[in-house]
Amino acid sequence: MSEKQRQFLTGAEVVVQACLDAGATQMYGYPITPGTEVLTGWINQVDKLEDKMYLQTEDEIAAGFAICGAVMGGKKAFTATAGPGTTLMQDAMSMADGMRLPFVAIIIQRGGPSSGTVIYSQQEVNLAIHGGNGEGMRLVYSPSNLEEMYELTRLTFNNAWKYRFPSVLLSDGFLMKTRQPVELNFEIENVEPTALVSPEVQKNIRNIYSFEEELRLELENQEKDFNKMAEEVTKSESYKVEDCDELIIAHGIVAGAVKEAIEELESQGKKVGLFRPITLSPFPKDELNKLAKQVKRLFVVESSMGQLRDLVKQNLDSKISIEIDGLYRPAVGIESEEIIKAINK
Amino acid sequence: MAKEAKFCPGCGHPIVLRFLHMILREKELESKAVLGLDIGCSLLAWDFLPVNTFQTHHGRVTSTMVGYKRAQPNSLSFAYTGDGGAYAIGMQSLMWAAIRNEPITVIVVNNSNYAMTGGQQAPTSFKGQITDTSPSGCGDEPVFGPELVRQVNKKAFIARTAVNDPKQVKEYLEKAIEAQQNGNFAMVEFLSYCPLNWKTVGIETNNYLNDNLKMLFPVGEF
Ligand SMILES: Cc1ncc(C[n+]2csc(CCOP(=O)(O)OP(=O)(O)O)c2C)c(N)n1
Ligand code: SF4
Repeated sequence: MSEKQRQFLTGAEVVVQACLDAGATQMYGYPITPGTEVLTGWINQVDKLEDKMYLQTEDEIAAGFAICGAVMGGKKAFTATAGPGTTLMQDAMSMADGMRLPFVAIIIQRGGPSSGTVIYSQQEVNLAIHGGNGEGMRLVYSPSNLEEMYELTRLTFNNAWKYRFPSVLLSDGFLMKTRQPVELNFEIENVEPTALVSPEVQKNIRNIYSFEEELRLELENQEKDFNKMAEEVTKSESYKVEDCDELIIAHGIVAGAVKEAIEELESQGKKVGLFRPITLSPFPKDELNKLAKQVKRLFVVESSMGQLRDLVKQNLDSKISIEIDGLYRPAVGIESEEIIKAINK
Repeated sequence: MAKEAKFCPGCGHPIVLRFLHMILREKELESKAVLGLDIGCSLLAWDFLPVNTFQTHHGRVTSTMVGYKRAQPNSLSFAYTGDGGAYAIGMQSLMWAAIRNEPITVIVVNNSNYAMTGGQQAPTSFKGQITDTSPSGCGDEPVFGPELVRQVNKKAFIARTAVNDPKQVKEYLEKAIEAQQNGNFAMVEFLSYCPLNWKTVGIETNNYLNDNLKMLFPVGEF
């Protein structure tokens, strides 16, 4: 398909379409709201196909490790999960961290801790990036609408296979269920998968090191590769930031409400801009610092107690001293009115 | 050929691995074989054989090889694990791989303890066995893995042997490979030496295997 086509799709349908178009051939998963619809959607699409498969595993741990095995065998394999499932997925994702496996996870956040609520949240940011027992060198995309979700899902697969860091498309149950008219950008070329272990070349691969120094060197190399990837993939959006006085920072679906709020604040004579990290990891540090230098206040808005704020603080240049306020609403949706009120307070 | 062993002198692991390699070579299956390793003393085999080998996580080698085999159906996929990896932390995935009759070969090395971590109680520790985590003697009955797995899969090749019976070791490994080639799950448990944690030397190690493990765990096909 070459030209854009108008369709009426849910977020889950968009993700499934993107996985198919990305050339994914295997899905391993375990049902959990609100990730289930990606699993069932995928199954409906591939059930009768010879070259694509799915496996409903006994748990997320098995799904995750089967993905590790499948990607080593050269298949674009992925999972979709949420909440407690994201927690269980970490063991396998840590192996993928250590062995540089192109592990793709669609993480559809739900309210936590524990089983919490099933629809909406932005509380799995830390888990997506730092859920493993290591340094959190993962690629994490946070789309804020369905068209972007399509594009970023495609990029999640492409960059996973190109750079070989575990890669996450981080969304939420609300966006998954949203049905919207969309025009999808099909003009993205796929990165082809290659087997890490195949009959042609013999490899002996480890993830356990006998000496601390060996592991340190391995991590040093990983960090170099990660920083190189960062130069090429880091993405953000800056909205109405020209001569704004205050900068709101938000990611994912929340950024939509922020834009509405900014329009309204503008009509009240306030100059407020939005900075939206599209890659939460690697974080768009340079853009953040450039903007932070030119405003009086940073204002984080998120459906979490501060997981995005912490990323902002980590990435803010130590020479910049600036006030950071925020509207933190863990596991609940945020309307533009609340944002306006909070900014005006 | 096989590298110098990282295993303790007198360990049973290299016996199983050398037989596996011998069979693969005889049958010209070396390049098709992929050896996934659990974490335990199994991990020491990562560069032991000139076949594709990778380490995984503790208890997770079965699931990993399920995925590998589904990606490369023409491969010969081996999940190589200790009894702790197989019957404690990885039991759920072992059972489910068997229930789904995944065409992989699981090799379980049963030395009746957690060897890599220094000799703690394992699911195969026998009643009364003194270990670091059962100083007054293990209170539980051991897990009989092959017998249990047989309950959920009638087609699989499932057997137990001991590393001091080379003829049977070879026979069962060959049958377990054939089973996978015919599209079936296979699992062989090897009663194996762990002189370090058994605190045995020389012939004592063989005696320990005969007097304790072999008395308790029946060998044969199930
Ligand atoms: C998730 C996790 N828990 C615990 C460990 C620590 N650990 C490493 S090996 C091992 C036990 C190994 O015993 P077994 O599977 O019987 O193999 P053996 O060393 O006896 O060959 C444990 C508990 C680990 N690596 N990962
Ligand atoms: S600790 Fe036991 S099982 Fe591990 S290598 Fe030594 S003898 Fe073998």
